[in-house]
Amino acid sequence: MSGHVLLIEDEPNIIEAIRFILSRDGWTVDTHSDGSTAVDEVLRRNPDLVILDVMLPNRSGYDILSDLRASDTTRDLPVLMLTARGQKKDKEMAERVGASRFMTKPFSNAEVLASVRELAGG
Amino acid sequence: MLALSRQALTGSRIRARRLDLDLRQADVARSCGISPAYLNLIEHNRRRIGGKLLGDLARALETDIGALSEGAEVALVGALRAAADAARDASVELDRTEEFAGRFPGWAALVDEQSRRIATLERTAAILSDRLSHDPDLSASLHDVITTVTAINATSSILTGGEDVDPEWQARFQRNIHEDSERLAEASQHLVRYLDAGDPSVQSNRTPQEELERWLAARSFHVAELERAIAPDPEGLLKGSDAPATPAAWAFTHAYLTRYRADAERVPLGALLEALEAFGPDPLRLAEAFRSDLPTVLRRMACLPPEVDAPPMGIAVCDGSGSLVFRKPVEGFALPRFGAACPLWPLYQVLGRPMVPRRDVVAQPGRLPRACLTYAIAQPAQADGFDGPSIIEATMLILPQDPSGSDPQPSQPVGTTCRVCPRRTCRARSEPSIFEDPVAPQA
Repeated sequence: MSGHVLLIEDEPNIIEAIRFILSRDGWTVDTHSDGSTAVDEVLRRNPDLVILDVMLPNRSGYDILSDLRASDTTRDLPVLMLTARGQKKDKEMAERVGASRFMTKPFSNAEVLASVRELAGG
Repeated sequence: MLALSRQALTGSRIRARRLDLDLRQADVARSCGISPAYLNLIEHNRRRIGGKLLGDLARALETDIGALSEGAEVALVGALRAAADAARDASVELDRTEEFAGRFPGWAALVDEQSRRIATLERTAAILSDRLSHDPDLSASLHDVITTVTAINATSSILTGGEDVDPEWQARFQRNIHEDSERLAEASQHLVRYLDAGDPSVQSNRTPQEELERWLAARSFHVAELERAIAPDPEGLLKGSDAPATPAAWAFTHAYLTRYRADAERVPLGALLEALEAFGPDPLRLAEAFRSDLPTVLRRMACLPPEVDAPPMGIAVCDGSGSLVFRKPVEGFALPRFGAACPLWPLYQVLGRPMVPRRDVVAQPGRLPRACLTYAIAQPAQADGFDGPSIIEATMLILPQDPSGSDPQPSQPVGTTCRVCPRRTCRARSEPSIFEDPVAPQA
């Protein structure tokens, strides 16, 4: 598989693990950790898929996704949301703001890989 | 005086008084123009009684109406109605509440006590649930644990996944797992320490307002220490074994006592008693005499020492949202502990006209509605200057009137809360009463 994934996450060791498994599968992985500049980073890098953590420094993943869905260029961009909160209301919130898929931490590597392939593998 | 417990209802009081005087039921009934059978029903709380007949019975029994009708019965009946409302049980025979309380006072008290206990447990559950959802420390700890577990899980899966991993990457991942395991241990210990410490607000089961009321009730709402010419700091009063249990309650009580001390400095007790002697319980004249604002005088009148020969007074204070932030109960006027109070109270009427005082005579529904004289005013404060928010507070002093007074004043009907108020046609009703079939709220 090949394609461009932007991973927006602030936990360094999670970033390292996900980058490793996606890179090994042939994906190009960029990373970003600051919520306040995440939307600009998506627009600048124009990835095929975004993996977006909910709890980020300075801005929530929900707010970032809302902005992405409001923009013509990123309205249909596949976004896989990751969160440590797996309550029903969190999932509903993710669906409401337009997440393509919602995954609760701790996730399995195989799940992440399968979701990325499915959402961006075209 | 009647040798009766305070739980007794009017019928029971009538019966006990008659027996005290060694009078026959038939003789008392005849002197009041009713049949002995009807008096028997009254004495067993199976018939409501009020007005002229109660007056006739009081005369026949050589006592006053108040001695027959006052007491804790109103509170008990009100508590039972509140219990029925809380249970939302439509099968409860609400129209026989008074009879139940009169015939089975022990059971009625048990129902009341258990209803309160359920409310306490529900509040504890709500606090715990709220804590799990909103406590930032707990939320941050759990998030830390889950994030670290995720990192360890993802990294170890790479190492044990069966695919070849470059030795350099292997070393890197092993280092990451080690770091994360240390972080996990630290986060877990923090979490355990936090949960072990417990939350005093959960342990106490009381709101800060309830803690303050409990503390004040033990002193009859009069804090003698703060009445001295050189009053001690409030901190000194909050060190005993009866000090509020939670930090929130302590802060709430401390704020109240700080204001109490300032009020006492502005309107000293000795001078207040002299002014009351001279002017009577007229808040406006007292405010003039002390060059004080009206709310301060109302608060001072509500905390007179119990030994002073003054009429019983209650007080209610609300903020701009209408929430009762302080209440001193007084017999004859029910103040709800939880939920919204009756919007017809003068306390709320003055919120719309700040700085305009009101004097009203109001009466809550009941078998024998008790007229209460109220003085109310809302006063805004601009603690942060012109650009800050206007913080408004309304204060209402409540003086229940003597039911056997010779010159009863017409009173405006008000309620306690909509749920336990039987005034069906009230234009201010916001939800149906438990005493009627559900009706659409009226505009």
